[in-house]
Amino acid sequence: MSADPLGALGPKAPPRKNGELQFDELWESRVFGLTMSLHEAGAFAWGEFQAELIASIGAWEREYGASEARSDARPRGAGRAAPSPTSGAGFHYWARWLEAFERLAARKGLLESTALDARAAELAARPAGWDHPKR
Amino acid sequence: MNEHDHDDQHDHAHEPSDPEAARLALRAEALEALLVERGVVRRESIDAIVARYENEIGPLNGAKLVARAWSDPEFKRRLLADARAAIAELSLPVGDTATPIVVVENTPGVHNVVVCTLCSCYPSSLLGLPPRWYKSPPYRARVVREPRAVLRELGLELPETTEVRVWDSSAELRYLVLPERPLGSEEASEAELVELVSRDSLIGVAPAGAPRER
Repeated sequence: MSADPLGALGPKAPPRKNGELQFDELWESRVFGLTMSLHEAGAFAWGEFQAELIASIGAWEREYGASEARSDARPRGAGRAAPSPTSGAGFHYWARWLEAFERLAARKGLLESTALDARAAELAARPAGWDHPKR
Repeated sequence: MNEHDHDDQHDHAHEPSDPEAARLALRAEALEALLVERGVVRRESIDAIVARYENEIGPLNGAKLVARAWSDPEFKRRLLADARAAIAELSLPVGDTATPIVVVENTPGVHNVVVCTLCSCYPSSLLGLPPRWYKSPPYRARVVREPRAVLRELGLELPETTEVRVWDSSAELRYLVLPERPLGSEEASEAELVELVSRDSLIGVAPAGAPRER
């Protein structure tokens, strides 16, 4: 899923089951599925997650993106062109989603951030090739 | 999602050249593992949801809706008056149907375009997941302020006399554009019309496609 095999057909390609591959990395699809699964199971109302997502995206834009993203902001250099409507360089939507979900899970008492930090550190310490067991 | 993907992704995430990508992948892996161990979620339900959104729910649903509306004026009237009820008439493999949807019609004098300024609200039940650019900060910020310029950059030049209406989606309300039926498609069947409706025309950043030469 790292490439975009559907991209060559362009945005005006005939409708298909899905217009493009949505996920560059496996974890992005897992976090999406995790969020939807818990929502469908009634763990939280969609608005609760959305509020976290808006907060996470908004915080990122205030820190990195506002002047890049808004053409009415004062340009940093003379003759600076308006940013492409589709670039959003540096913005990583699924990272914002992950952060939003982490906060919601903590707030709902599903998972403390300390436990998450500890497990992520454990996983990071796995030796190279751990997932390619020798036969 | 199969085992092969798993291996590829791990190789990728462990590239030392991108520590941030690796950090995110590990965090997401830890999150899923802990919630599964605690019995909060099952891996199978995550698998099923991802497969559903990758393979079943997509813009074809929206295209069928539009083709029906072009073919059947009475259906179009119902669709514009109460989209949710009209959508239910077609048995489509849609996702969440709880969120109200409003269909806005393009005419020779009015062009509609949809955005979510705060995050990424989108009629996913009919179009699948939003494209990357729809979620990008520049599109979300600029299409409200200078829709004509953004549409031009995306390849859609509108006459000065056309009024542009920008619809800001939210958790409570999603919008879908009913594009104009292309000239020359008068003879087309409903199935042929479906082929003319692109995802981008349903968001309002492109016209519906011209029919193929017969």
